[in-house]
Amino acid sequence: MAELTLVETVRTTLAEEMRRDDRVIVLGEDVGVKGGVFGATQGLHQEFGDDRVIDSPLAESGIVGVAIGAAMAGLRPVAEIQFVDFIPPAIDQLLSEAAKIRYRSNNDWSCPLVVRAPCGGGVHVHGALYHSQSLEAIFAHVPGLKVVMPSTPADAKGLLLAAMRDPDPVCYFEHKALYRAFKGEVPEGDEVVPIGRGRIARPGRDATCITYGATVHEAVAAALRLAPDGIEVEVVDLRTIRPLDRALIVESARRTGKVLVAHEANLVGGVGAEVAAIVAEECFDALDGPVMRIGGPEIPAIPFAESLAAVYCLGPDRIEAALRRLVAY
Amino acid sequence: MALSESAPPTSLGLDREALTSMYRHMLLGRLLDERVIVLNRQGRAPFAISGQGHEAAQVGVGHALRAGQDWVVPYYRDLTLSLVLGMTPRDHLLAALGRAADPSSGARQMPGHFSSRAHRIVTTGSSVATQVLHAVGIALAVRSRGEDLVVLTTCGEGGTSEGDFHEALNWAGIHRLPVIFLVENNHYAISVPQARQMAVERVAERAPGYGMPGMTVDGGDVLAVHRAMAEAVARARAGEGPTLLEAQCVRLQSHSSDDDQRRYRDPADLLDLRQHDPLDRFRAELESARVLDQAGAEAIREACREEIDLAQAEAEAAPPPDPATAFDHVYGEER
Repeated sequence: MAELTLVETVRTTLAEEMRRDDRVIVLGEDVGVKGGVFGATQGLHQEFGDDRVIDSPLAESGIVGVAIGAAMAGLRPVAEIQFVDFIPPAIDQLLSEAAKIRYRSNNDWSCPLVVRAPCGGGVHVHGALYHSQSLEAIFAHVPGLKVVMPSTPADAKGLLLAAMRDPDPVCYFEHKALYRAFKGEVPEGDEVVPIGRGRIARPGRDATCITYGATVHEAVAAALRLAPDGIEVEVVDLRTIRPLDRALIVESARRTGKVLVAHEANLVGGVGAEVAAIVAEECFDALDGPVMRIGGPEIPAIPFAESLAAVYCLGPDRIEAALRRLVAY
Repeated sequence: MALSESAPPTSLGLDREALTSMYRHMLLGRLLDERVIVLNRQGRAPFAISGQGHEAAQVGVGHALRAGQDWVVPYYRDLTLSLVLGMTPRDHLLAALGRAADPSSGARQMPGHFSSRAHRIVTTGSSVATQVLHAVGIALAVRSRGEDLVVLTTCGEGGTSEGDFHEALNWAGIHRLPVIFLVENNHYAISVPQARQMAVERVAERAPGYGMPGMTVDGGDVLAVHRAMAEAVARARAGEGPTLLEAQCVRLQSHSSDDDQRRYRDPADLLDLRQHDPLDRFRAELESARVLDQAGAEAIREACREEIDLAQAEAEAAPPPDPATAFDHVYGEER
């Protein structure tokens, strides 16, 4: 068991899998000699060389399109998009191509591909409009893709291993605020976290906060503030956005009877809407209040100035307030 | 006229068997293409997309490849190319009629999206030029395994306007990958003429910008295409990198069965296209080189027609997909 930050975990997990499976290659902007702008691929180029760690031209559709071809031809590419904010040029390749290759060829071809991208912002991340978005809902809409978002170093390893061994394309989004925020225990060896399975980050009986990624930590912080008042909030970490862990969502919702869904991404049309719909459809008789959602406001992305960024971001305060409203209902 | 077996096949640079095979592939492609259009007009095939006029270009490149070993990432006009690589009229008629046994997609895609892993023909979608990047990734994999193989990818001249086309050629040029980019330039992207698609006269003029050789050939001249392709393939196999090959073709039919090119093309031009039919031209060449006579050509035509008739009967008798299979293969099995 090693104590690692999340970004160190991404790096060591990539290296471990590249040693185990020589079909795994890494490609993207600055992933080679520099080791990535966040250091997530540091040391890989030195260890595995030019053929397996490829500094790509500055072209996102190219990165994903070339990775798709390599995947169809038998490699296991891990493509890095430097910031998820720059993934839109590759959306055609992901939605029109990667997601449909198996289906459209009636299982004759497949596309075992991982696309990693840092996402997310925060009051102190200063990424502004184009270095802080959370775009997972776009990909969660598309059958054929899988979408995972780890909140801890252990899950970062387990989900990355699962993604690299998955027979289909997986979007693996890493919240930048988690990269070096804390260290966590990371198991040695092949500890795969299955895609499609959430976890209970904090058990509780009075309400459930369903969330994922960096917001898990804000939700746990909010739950701790309610505990002295005798209110025990359960925090569910989805870990996988597509396919959702319906069983866990339904089980927790039925048990507590009150559900708040929280995420940093824009609220409208977001993952929370899907989770809320599942709860409404499958837990109506067990609910003791309306399913509530909290998420990014109707602003295109997180602005630069801290004063403006604070308007966008959730933080434990807003989650706490929403939970108190829900519990009081 | 009796054929003289001693007629020197070298007058066309290839042996008699290869030349006859090329002609047969061109004719089979043409007759199959015509048949699908007839089925469409009869209301039996919902959609048809034609490659008529491209047969020489496709047979020329196809015959310079190792079928089943080299990789091909095609586009929707490559019916004849797919036949050269080993797909059959039956395969395509199953697709045209939307039958479950369509090997390209199990009738999930529109016809024209040729795919067969067994023949190393890679599945493609309908977004234009996205596949050109896949060819680069395949070439990367091929080279990483040290294989002696090349990758051919194709698109129309309209596809060259897409960003993915640029990104693909740029990447292949940087890494000197074994890819041949064939642009089948028929001068029209649905209704938009080449002059509204690019500011240059020849697509191949762009090659120097990617650090690779560019060649423009008469796409109606199957042997010229074959020579150019053989050169590009030899370069790729030798590790000398990619080539941009432009074959200037004619589009004898409308873009698709949902288009009518009489609405936007000059009637005189459309009439003139018929003077540039690559099949007529190759047949005349073969006859004057005494590789083929009228009776020989008729025999090939008859054999092709019989093959297509039989394939059509089999396709018509084949069942459509079971609705219960609609949910199959969205995802694969965990390994």
